[in-house]
Formats: sequence, C-alpha cells, structure tokens
Amino acid sequence: MKGILPLLSKELKLEYRKQSTLAGIALYLFSLTFICYLTFKLKQQSIQPVTWSALFWLVILFAVMNSVAKSFIGERKGLSIYYYYIASPQAIIISKIIYNAVLAFVLSAIAYFLFVVFIGNPVQDVFLFFLTLVLTSWGLASSLSFISAIAAKASNSHVVMAVLSFPALIAVLLMAIRLSKNALDGLDFSVSADELYNLLAINCISTALAYVLFPYIWRS
Amino acid sequence: MNLKKHWWKALAIVLLVYVHTVGLLAEVPRLNILNETIRALYFHVPMWFGMVLLYAVSVYYAILCLRKPGQGYDIWSVNFAHTGTLLGILGIATGMLWANYTWGSPWHGDPKQNGAAIALLVYLAYFVLRGSLESEEQKERLSAVYNLFAFAAMIPLIFIIPRLTESVHPGSGGNPGFNAYDLDSRMRLVFYPAVIGWFLVGLWLVNIRVRVQQLNKSNS
Repeated sequence: MKGILPLLSKELKLEYRKQSTLAGIALYLFSLTFICYLTFKLKQQSIQPVTWSALFWLVILFAVMNSVAKSFIGERKGLSIYYYYIASPQAIIISKIIYNAVLAFVLSAIAYFLFVVFIGNPVQDVFLFFLTLVLTSWGLASSLSFISAIAAKASNSHVVMAVLSFPALIAVLLMAIRLSKNALDGLDFSVSADELYNLLAINCISTALAYVLFPYIWRS
Repeated sequence: MNLKKHWWKALAIVLLVYVHTVGLLAEVPRLNILNETIRALYFHVPMWFGMVLLYAVSVYYAILCLRKPGQGYDIWSVNFAHTGTLLGILGIATGMLWANYTWGSPWHGDPKQNGAAIALLVYLAYFVLRGSLESEEQKERLSAVYNLFAFAAMIPLIFIIPRLTESVHPGSGGNPGFNAYDLDSRMRLVFYPAVIGWFLVGLWLVNIRVRVQQLNKSNS
C-alpha cells in the first residue's frame, strides 16, 4: 500500500503539467451546460426539478466518462510497463480510483456551479446533494477506471469503453438520480438512508472487484 | 468436463415433455387478474433460473481461466455465457407475453423488466469485448475478468434493485412470490422439474457448441 501516495502525486503533477487536458474537459462541461441552457431556458422560464436532475446527471456522465477514460487508454505502452515495474498493481488501481474520484467530484462540483448560474438552483437539501455527489464520484471512478483498464487492451478502445461502461454505471446512476430527487424535494434525511447505503454497497463491490481483478488485467 | 453419457439428455427431454403437458393441462390456483397466466411460472421463471445457473457456471469457468490460463476453459466460459443469454432472451420474451395479459402492455417499464434488459446489455457488451480483442491469450484473460464483473453487476439489477422499488412484478416490491399461494405444493411439482429441464437443455446446447468449435479449431 506504500506505493499509493507517490503514484497519486505523480497523477496530480501530470495533470498540472498538461493543463490543456483539464481545460478541455472544463470547456466540454461548459459547452454541455450551455447547450442545456440554450435548449431549455429560452423556451420557458423555469424547468421542472426532474428535468434539472436528468440534465445534470447526463452532463456529469459524459464529462466524467471522457475524463476518466483517458486514465488508462491514453497511456503509452512503454510508460505503463515502467509503472508496473516500480509499483504493485493494487497500488496502481487504488491510486487511479482515488485520483479519478477526486477528479469526478471536482467536475461534478463545477457542473453544479454552472447549473446554478445558467439554469437555476432547485436543490433544497444541499448537504444531501453533495453527499450524493461524493458517493457517485467514487462509484463512477471505481467502475470507469477498471473498465478503462480493460478497454485500453482492446483494438478499438473508445467504442469498447462506451459499450462496457454504460451498463456498468446504470446501478450507480439509478441510485444517484433517486437520491438527487430527494435532495431536490428537500425530503427528510431518513428517507434517503436506504439509497445511501445501497450506493455505498455498490461502490464497495465495484472497488473490491477492481482491486481483486486488476492484477489479471495488466499482466500481459 | 465429462458429458459423454446420454442419460441426462434423455432426462432433459422427459422433464420438459412433462413440464409442457402437465404445465398446460393440470389445474392451477385461481387468482384474480393472474387467472391462467399463472402458468407462465412453469416457463418464464425457470428460464431465468436456468440463465442465472448457466451464468454462474460461466463465472466458475472464468475463475478457472484466471487461475490456470491456456487450459481451454475459455471456450466453456464463453459458451455458457452464450447459452445463458439465449435463455435470458427467451425469458424476457415470455415475460413480455405474460405482461401483455397481466399488466396490459408487453413493456411496462417495471424495474424488474428494465433491470433484466440492462443485465442482458451487460452480457452483450461481453461479446463485443471479446470481438475486439485480438490475441487468444488476451481474449481469455480479459473476457474472464469482465465475466466476473458482469455477473456481479447482474445480481443487483435483477434481484436486489427491483425488491427495493415500487415493482409490480411478483416477488418484488412487497408483492408475494409464488411461495405465498395456497396451492404452491402442486405447482412446485412442475416448477422444479422445469428449472432442471431448462438447465439441462442449456448444458446440452453448450456441449454441442463447444464440440463444434473444438472440431473447427482442430480442422483449421
């Protein structure tokens, strides 16, 4: 487990040096939100909370998928061999999951901010909403990092990534949509407890699977 | 796997002939709304059970693939998944037939139906993944890893989420399964043979497919 911190700092440094990638994703997020604003806001003054949450999760899904997909797919072959030489596979996958979860959370927070500015803020229970964002980021990151590692080995990796990740994310997204609906309506916290536990359980399962199965993926 | 004996094939035929005659002719409990459609229990539910059993065997072979690579377990794993998917498609078709008469429309948008459809998508993605991997060794290893992941994704979609939500499917969302009905002991006499029958037919199909593929391989 000692390899995790250096790998994490390496990811951060790489991201800091290649700021164009991060800026690209931020711009992508902005354009998605702006398209949502243009298509919905101009026609009517306010949109239903249900539509708000649907749009929000679609934007998050696409932005996170695009940013996390590059975690293994973009890496050059020689570079990955070097990483594998100096670190254990478990440390690599855990550091990727942590890094991607943080990235996904930052992206979701930016998306929330943009939505508040352009489309409005129907969220009544902000604490629950952010709790949902944290758990969902973790869930998306664990499944997507793992699938990105599989897809990186395939010949047409971007198609495979899209095909494999969509079904794997549905369980997480279903829970997230239900939770955010509760947060939008400002329901009591106890109502959402069940969904929170479920989301937590799904995250634990996908992280455990990634932890156990990743060593088999990179051995090639 | 030694499947050279013939008795189990005869058993499969006998069981399914028994299920079809008794299942269609014998008396069934009279229940409101369900009426005669309760006979779907002899066909629809055993197909799903058979699918889950076949997928479980596929996962067993996937684990063997990972533990002892290159021993020819891959061909068993993929064919069990193939046949499981066939039973899954039959199960969803019979379910739609039942839903048409009980719920009023073939696709009712019930969580159980949606979960089943997504679970099938997960397995279809498995075949796409296999198609896009080039070397045999990589195909065996990565598809075995995804097979485990797919099984872990399927179980909550079919068995857990529908139980938590407002499903109108029997056995979910607080609805009674067939255990709650009075005449269940008589139905069990048909139901369990049907499960065994469909599973054995699946096994037979897998056996034939594997033999054909092995012959093709040794020919080329």
